[in-house]
Order: sequence, then structure tokens, then C-alpha cells
Amino acid sequence: MQNEPTSSAPGLAGTPANSSFDILHSPLGSPQQGASVREVNDPFHGDLLEVSMGPHHPSTHGVFRMVATLDGEIIVKLKPVFGYLHRNHEKLGENTTYLASMPYTDRLDYLAGMTNNWAYALAVEKLSGQVATERAEYVRVIVGEMMRIVNHCCLVGFLFNDLGTSFTPLLYAFREREKFLDLFEELTGTRMMYNYQRFGGCRVDPTPEWLAKAKALIDGFPRFLDEYEQFLTGNEIMLARTQGVGRLSPELAINAGITGPVLRATGVGYDIRKVDGYGVYPRFDFRVPIGDHGDTYDRYMMRILEMRESVKILQQAFRDLPAGPIIDPKAKNRGLRPKAGEAYGRIEGPKGEIGFYLISDGSTNPYRYRVRPPSFINLTVLEDMCLGHSVADAVVILGSIDIVLGEVDR
Amino acid sequence: MQSIEQIRDLIVARFPGAEVTVIQNPGPAAQHSLLLGHAQARDIALFLRDEPSLKLDFCSNATGVDWPEKEIVETTKVKVAQPDGTEKLVEQKTKRLQPGYLEAVYHLYSMALKHGPVVIRLRTGNRTDAVSLPSLTPVWRSCEFQEREIFDLFGIVFEGHPDLRRILMWDEFKDHPMRKDYVEPDDYEWEPTPHDAVLTKAKGHYPAPGSTANAEGGM
Repeated sequence: MQNEPTSSAPGLAGTPANSSFDILHSPLGSPQQGASVREVNDPFHGDLLEVSMGPHHPSTHGVFRMVATLDGEIIVKLKPVFGYLHRNHEKLGENTTYLASMPYTDRLDYLAGMTNNWAYALAVEKLSGQVATERAEYVRVIVGEMMRIVNHCCLVGFLFNDLGTSFTPLLYAFREREKFLDLFEELTGTRMMYNYQRFGGCRVDPTPEWLAKAKALIDGFPRFLDEYEQFLTGNEIMLARTQGVGRLSPELAINAGITGPVLRATGVGYDIRKVDGYGVYPRFDFRVPIGDHGDTYDRYMMRILEMRESVKILQQAFRDLPAGPIIDPKAKNRGLRPKAGEAYGRIEGPKGEIGFYLISDGSTNPYRYRVRPPSFINLTVLEDMCLGHSVADAVVILGSIDIVLGEVDR
Repeated sequence: MQSIEQIRDLIVARFPGAEVTVIQNPGPAAQHSLLLGHAQARDIALFLRDEPSLKLDFCSNATGVDWPEKEIVETTKVKVAQPDGTEKLVEQKTKRLQPGYLEAVYHLYSMALKHGPVVIRLRTGNRTDAVSLPSLTPVWRSCEFQEREIFDLFGIVFEGHPDLRRILMWDEFKDHPMRKDYVEPDDYEWEPTPHDAVLTKAKGHYPAPGSTANAEGGM
């Protein structure tokens, strides 16, 4: 394995060592810009080749770069490089009021804005000691689980794109996603940037017509899923390309803080909806799918099974949705000044644990606003999963982790 | 799960003389935290991970907080003897400079026992030259990218981190943007309709209309 820096690396040698921050220029500095392919001189391995995939590459789901060192076609080292979309979201959060950060959270994981909103609302409610109304908690479950279905539809479609079935499964998935987005548009006014949750409830109350439409859509969804699975799940190419590819051990997954479907595919039954039981989740009867092998196929199946469980939760939520106010009339949103203190609130997002850590100093803006991004932390094990596989498999493994660069880079 | 005081007692029983302080959280969330000294921080972290009654095997969130030095004005009432022999209460203000520091905060959960969070904190000596902390990446791999991010945005140097380099900003970047005293660089791109803060900035970059510099450069 190639660990030593090459002496040809420009810009690293000759940096004056004059401050404690010289670790910035440590020899492990990121691989160099410039030529995207260069040979690594290592007498012990044949011809190792360093390939920079990305940042502009269709397989990287955004501006994301993988610096892979290859022995033939086999990956022997892989370093993810990101930050191209970095806009210091956390600093923006410190410079605005609590409520004004709500629309920004949509831009983190822009495929699942509703759950970002929810996690942030939950953290602020913990910080300020507010409680959402019961109807709002049910509506949160409804929109949150619909969001999970939308997200998993996208993921499965893009995963098949990465496998080489150019766009057909993706367009099937997007056709379904479109129906959900239409509903979200009717409810919130926007298709992706919802800004829907408030501290103590939700912004608007869904009408009975909206609920009827949503219920009809959910009732028809398992039929689509059956049809979709019939084409994809047993597909021979799919099995050959995903089974045993990108295995992750449960021990490493826990230690590396992996959450969401990627963790559960390894056989660890950790779902925050069950563990924390936030909102009204303890009232619903649903199961947490768990994988056996922790490979790409299991990660795909987790998404399919979770969509089916989401349908079960949604049907119960539509049945039990209570009447009442959608937002606590005494809820404080504008000009909220929580007492000095701190709170960490987290929910089970479609990609894993999305959490917000807030410190209040008693003023209108948070003193510290931190996002715990699931796809950022799930990338920690990308190298471990890719070692020993070919470049084409690395594309599929990355696709199965489910990252959104808006959240990774913040 | 044990209370934070019980966890502190467990640690002190295992590591006599270890610096462990409970930091109370006055907010409604009541997530109290443990402040660890540097010397045994990694041993204590290992103990928290492996102790059968805690099993905090999942470090969910690691982040930094910047606490710049601040002036604290304390008002005390002092009795001052008056010329006529009586005593009078007089307010006396004393200014005290609270030194600044950087802080790393870790939120620990247990996947095995399904409890948490336990919050631990580490503090640097100051914000300028004593900014190193022991890295907890050898204990929880999930800190790998998060500690790199703290190093990048706050400037805390984690001793023992396997690959400490910038992660979100580019390698040549010099400052730490999440610090409270960070000043954004004075770079300005021409805008057709500058307003508010942008207008103020624009004035610093372009000569005012009618000034000599403009006349020379213009027609």
C-alpha cells in the first residue's frame, strides 16, 4: 500500500515550519491538483496508478472526488475529497435567529428537506422546552415517512444508474417521486424546500382533501413497489454486481458511527425511531429491517423493505390522525430566546441519524449551531468498503451509501 | 442509565486522581456533561466504551465550540466608612478577564444497551498556542472526519489523529472560519447594484465618482 508521499508533490516540500499549525502542511496532505492521472513510484508493487475520480463525474452524485490508488483495476487506497459545496452553514446558523435557520436546513440534504426541518425543530424544542401538539406530531410522521419513501426511491433509481441500467429504473422511481412532490407542493408551496416545521408544531394544517389524496397515493404504492421489485431485485446482473460487494462488518460500522440503512444492513438493529421513541413513533406498529451480510445488496434491500414499513406507518397515521391545533397557540417562534443551555436533538432521517446540537446564551441567535450530518459520517468507511474491489464497484458502493453533497459539505 | 454523577464516580473509582468535572446544563434539555482533563482523556474514553454497564460504543457527534476571552464585570457592595462616622454601602465594580479556550464536545450513545447521550468535553489551554487535545479517533473511528472538521474550522490540533488535515476548506487556507473572531477576507467582486454591507465594501474598493483617481482613469 502506498502511504509515503511522493517527493514530486509540489507545494508541500519547503513550507517553513514556523507555527503550531504546520500540521496543515503535513506530508499526508491531499493529493495534488493538476494531472488527474499520475503514476506512483513504488518498487514493491507493479505499476500503481493514482486516479482522481471527480469532482465532476456522473457517478459521484455531485461535486465529490475519490482519489483512488489502483493496482491494475483493484483499489488499494481511496481517499474521499470534498468541501466543494462548503458555504459554512453552521456560521450562517449562528448569525441568524432560530426561526430564520429553518429554511436553510432544507438545503442540507435537499432530497429530504422535511426530515431536516423536523430534526431542527426537535432540537430547538428540546432547547427551549416546548412541545409540539399531538396533531402536529402525527403530521410530522406523515410527511417524514413520505419523505423517506421519496429519498429511498431516488436512491434505488440512482443506484441502478450506477450499475449501468441507464435511466430506466430511475425514471420509474422519479415518476412515483413526482406524485409525492406534487402533494408536498400542495401542502407547503414548494416541491423541495419545504420550510414546513415550526417549534411547537407545523406551519399549515393539511386539509381533508390533501389527506385523502395522500392516503390514496400510499395505498397504491405497494403495487408500484411489487412491480418495481419484480424487475430489479432478482435481476441477475444486479445480483452479480452487488452481492458480496462492499462488505462492512457490524463492529466497524458501530465504531465508525455509521447510522441508518447502511448500519442496519450489517445486522445491527439500531433505529432511532425505536430507540429514542421521539414524537408518536411508539404508538405505531412497524418493524426494523435488518440485513445479514452488510454488502451492497443488503443496503439496497434495506431501502426497499423500509419503504414497505413506511407504508405501514403511514396507513396507521392516516387512520389515527387526531383533530386539534396543528401548532401550539402559545408556541414561541419569532423572537425566540431560549434560556442559556444546550441541547442535542436527533431523529432517524432517511440517510441515518440527523442531529442538531445547539448552545444558547439567552439571545435570539444560537451561540453554537451544529449539524450532525449522516452522509458525511457514513463516508468514513468508504475506503474500507472499497479496498480490494474494482473501480466500477467503488461507484456502486458509493451509490449504496446514499450521500447528498449539500449535507456532506454544508 | 446512570446519572452523570454516577458515571463520574465510576471514572474516578477506576482512575483515581483523574480530572473529571460535571458541567451542569441549566437548560430544559438537562443534558449534563463531563469535562475531562487531557492526561487521561483517551484512557477514560476507552473505559467509557468498554465498561459493561455503560458500553458507549457509538460516538454520534463530535464538534468544537469557541469561547473567546471575555470581560466579566462583577458588582459587589462594599461598606465604606463616611467622614461623619457612619457606614454606607457603595457598589464597587471589578473587571475580570476570563481567559478564552476552545472546546471539543462529544455525544456518546450505546448501541449495545440503547441508552445515551453522555456528553464529554475537552478544553484547550487557550486559543493561540496551547490548542492541542488528545484525539479520540483511536477509540471511536467516527471521530476521524469530525475531528478533521474541528481542526479545519476551529483550529484544535488533535494529537494522535491518523490523518489530520483540512477537510472542508482547501489545504492552502490559513484561518479557522468558525472562530468567533474570524474576519472574512476583504475580497470584492464588482456588482451592478451594491447595497447595505456590500455598498460599504464597494466604497473601499472603488474611488468615489468625481475623485481624481476616477478622472485619470476615465475618459
